[in-house]
Amino acid sequence: MKAKHQRLILALVALGGVAGAGVLAASALRDEAAYFRTPAEVKAGKAEVGEAMRLGGMVAAGSIKRQSDGVTIRFTATDGKASIPVQFTGIVPDLFAENAGMVADGRLRADGVFVADRILAKHDERYMPPQMGEMPKNMKLVPGE
Amino acid sequence: MIAELGLALLWIAAALACLSLVAGIAYVRTGKDDLAALVRPASVAQGVLTAVAFLLLITLFVRSDMSVELVVRNSHSLKPMLFKVAGAWGNHEGSMLLWLTILGLSGALVAIFEKRLRNDTLIATLAAQAALSLGFFAFLLFSSNPFKRLPVAPPDGQGLNPLLQDPGLAFHPPTLYIGYVGISVAFSFAVGALITREIGPAFARAMRPWVLGSWIFLTLGITAGSYWAYYELGWGGWWFWDPVENVSLIPWLAGAALLHSVSVTATRNALRAWTVMLAVIAFSMSMVGTFIVRSGLLTSVHSFAVDPERGTFLLALMFIYIGGALTLFAFRAGAVAEGKKFALLSREGSLVINNLLLTTILALVLLGTLYPIVAEAMGEKISVGPPYYNKVAGPLALILCLVMVTGPLLSWRKDDGKKLWSRLPVAVLAAMIVLFGLVLFGGKVGVLPLLGMTVAGLVGVASLAPLWGRNLRRTPLPTWGMVIAHFGVAVALAGMGAESAFIKERLVAAAPGETVTVADFSVKFAGVKPIVGPNYTAIEGTLIATTPSGASFTLHPAARTFPGLMGGPPTETNEAALLTRPGGQLYAVLGQPVTGADGTADRYQLRLWWKPLVWWIWLGGALIAIGAALSLLGRAQLLEIWRARRARKAQERFA
Repeated sequence: MKAKHQRLILALVALGGVAGAGVLAASALRDEAAYFRTPAEVKAGKAEVGEAMRLGGMVAAGSIKRQSDGVTIRFTATDGKASIPVQFTGIVPDLFAENAGMVADGRLRADGVFVADRILAKHDERYMPPQMGEMPKNMKLVPGE
Repeated sequence: MIAELGLALLWIAAALACLSLVAGIAYVRTGKDDLAALVRPASVAQGVLTAVAFLLLITLFVRSDMSVELVVRNSHSLKPMLFKVAGAWGNHEGSMLLWLTILGLSGALVAIFEKRLRNDTLIATLAAQAALSLGFFAFLLFSSNPFKRLPVAPPDGQGLNPLLQDPGLAFHPPTLYIGYVGISVAFSFAVGALITREIGPAFARAMRPWVLGSWIFLTLGITAGSYWAYYELGWGGWWFWDPVENVSLIPWLAGAALLHSVSVTATRNALRAWTVMLAVIAFSMSMVGTFIVRSGLLTSVHSFAVDPERGTFLLALMFIYIGGALTLFAFRAGAVAEGKKFALLSREGSLVINNLLLTTILALVLLGTLYPIVAEAMGEKISVGPPYYNKVAGPLALILCLVMVTGPLLSWRKDDGKKLWSRLPVAVLAAMIVLFGLVLFGGKVGVLPLLGMTVAGLVGVASLAPLWGRNLRRTPLPTWGMVIAHFGVAVALAGMGAESAFIKERLVAAAPGETVTVADFSVKFAGVKPIVGPNYTAIEGTLIATTPSGASFTLHPAARTFPGLMGGPPTETNEAALLTRPGGQLYAVLGQPVTGADGTADRYQLRLWWKPLVWWIWLGGALIAIGAALSLLGRAQLLEIWRARRARKAQERFA
C-alpha cells in the first residue's frame, strides 16, 4: 500500500469516527439533556409529564411534611409566582431547609406532583435570592439521594 | 512586614519573568550568547522567589495574622494546624499563587537539569514558560493580591468551608495543580521547539518526563477527588459527571493521548505534528478547566471563588496563549509534519487509534460540559447529566480498552494480523469465562456493566502479555510501567462494572435496637450519642454490622454541626461510615431524626449501601499512577546520569 493511500484510509477512518461520535452525541443530547424549569414554567405547561427535568426553586416556609415511613418528604417548591408540590424519598443534603434554594432532578407525575430522585441544595450560607424567577448561576450544588 | 515582603518578592519575580522573556526573544533573534546566559539564572531565581512568597503566605496563615484579608476570609485561629496551612491554598488568591509557585519551580528545574535539547530550543522553551508565568503574575498582582491588608484587623477569621475541612481535600488541589502545570511545561516545550523548528526524538524525550509527571498527578488528583466526593458528600457515588470533575478529566484524557503520541515521536520519530498539536490541546484544556471553575460559568458541587472580572481576565489570557500557539503551529506545522512511515497494523497504528478515541471522548465530555452554556445563551436552561456521559463515553471507553488489548502486542512499524491472534487466546478465554459467569449467575445485569466487566477480564489478562516469556528482572521499567498501568485500567473497570451491576441499598427510618439487613449483612442500629469535636458538635450513630460467618464490625456515621461564624447560620456536614471488606464496602449514612405521631424523635433515617468491589476503582487509579511513575523512573535515566557523572569524575581525577 502506498503511503498516500494509507493516509487517505486513516483520514477516512478518522472522519467516519468523528461523524459517528457527532451523531452519537447529538442523539444522546436530545434524549438525555434535562430542561431546567422553574415552578412558574411548569405551571405554564412548559414541562411534559414523565419527561426528565430539573426543577429549581425555594422551599416554601412551613411546607416540609414527612410521611409516615420516615424517609419520604413532601414540600412545596416556589419561585414566588407559582408553586409545585415535590415528593422525595431519601436523605436530603445537609443544606436543604425551608426558605433555602434547592434543585430537584426528577419527573412530573400526571397528578401534578414532581417526583424527585435527587435533591441538590445550595451550598452557600451567604445566599440571598436576587430575583425569585431564576436560580442564580453561581450556586454550588451538593447532591443528596 | 511578612505580607509586604511577600508582595515585594512577587513583583521582583514578575520582573525576572519579564527579563527571561525579553532576553529569550532577543537571543532567539540575534543568537548572542550573553543574552542566553541571562535566561537560565533568571528562571531559577524567579521560581525560588515565588516559592518563598508562597511560604510567607503559609506563615501568615499559620500565625493567624488577621490583618491580612485573605487570612480573615479563609481561616480561623481555632482551626487545626493542618487546615490553617491548607487554608493558604484553599481559596482563589492562594491557589493562584500556588499555581505560579509550581510553574516557577518547574521552570527552574528545566533550566537546571534539561541537557537533551539544543541550547536555542531550551532558551525558547524557558521564554515561553516566562510568558505563561507573566500572564498569571499579572492576574495575581492586578486582580487578586493574596497579601492585601485590612485597614482594621478583626478579632478573628471567618473560617474555612467545613466541607473543605478534610485532609484529603487539603492535598487535593495542589495535586491537580501540579498536573496542570506539568502540562503547561509540555506546552512550553512544544512552543520552544516550534520556534526553533527542532521537533524530533530529542524534543520528545525532553518533553516526555513532564507529560508523564503531570499525568501521574492528574491521575492521583482525580482518583483522590473521586474518593473524597464518595465518602465526604455522603451521597455514595464515585463520579457525578459534575462540571468540575469533567474539567479535571478533560486534561487527563488529553494527557493520556499525549503520553502515547510522545512515545511514538520519541522512539519512532513519527506523529511529530500531532504530538505538538496535542501538547497545545492538553494545555488549552487545563486552561479551559481553570476558566470554567474560576469564572463560575457553570454550577457545580465544588466550584468556589466566583467572580466575573476574574473570568474575563482568564478568558483573555486563554485567547492570547492558545491563539498564539495555534498561530505559531499553523505557520510551522508544514516544516515539522514529515516523519517516519508505518503500516496501519502496527504499534504506531494502534496508538493513532488510541489517540483518536481519547480525543473523541475528550470532545464529547467537553461538549456535554459546555452545551448548557450555549443552550442558555439561546434562551433554554438545560442540564446535561450522567445519562448523556454514560451513553457517549461508555461505549467509546470500552472500544479504547480493546485497542489497549491489542496495541502493546503489536510490533513497531509493521505487523501481521495472524500473529496478533496467536498472542490473544488466553485473554479471550478469560473474557469468555467472565461473560458466561455473569450471564449464568449474575442475574439481571445492565449491558454496559456486563460489557465493562467482560472487557476488564480481557484487558486484565492481556495487559500482562508483554511480560510473557521475558526475563522479569531485565524487563525495562517503562515496560513494567505500561503493564501495571494497563492492568490498573482493568481493575478500575471491573470495580465500576461490579459496583453498578450488583449494588444493594436500604433506606429506612430505624429506631434504636432495630436491625436492618443489606446484602449479606445484618446491621443493628444501637443508637445515637452527641459528641464534641475540635470546632464542631455532632450526633454520632453506632451500627453493628454482622456477616453470615458471625464476624461483627462497628460503624459510626455522624452528622456534624459547625457553628456559624461572623453571625452566619451553622453549617452541617455528613460523615459517612465505611466498612471495607475484601469483596466491597458497606457504606452507612445517618440522616435526620424522625418525629413520630406522638411527637417523640426516636427514629433516625439510615441509608445503607453494599458496594461490591467499589474500592477496586481507586485501587485501579493508584495502579495507573504507579505504572506511570515506574515509566517515568525508567525514562529519567537517573541511574545512567549518575553513573556517567561518576565515571567522568574518576577520569578527571586521573587526568
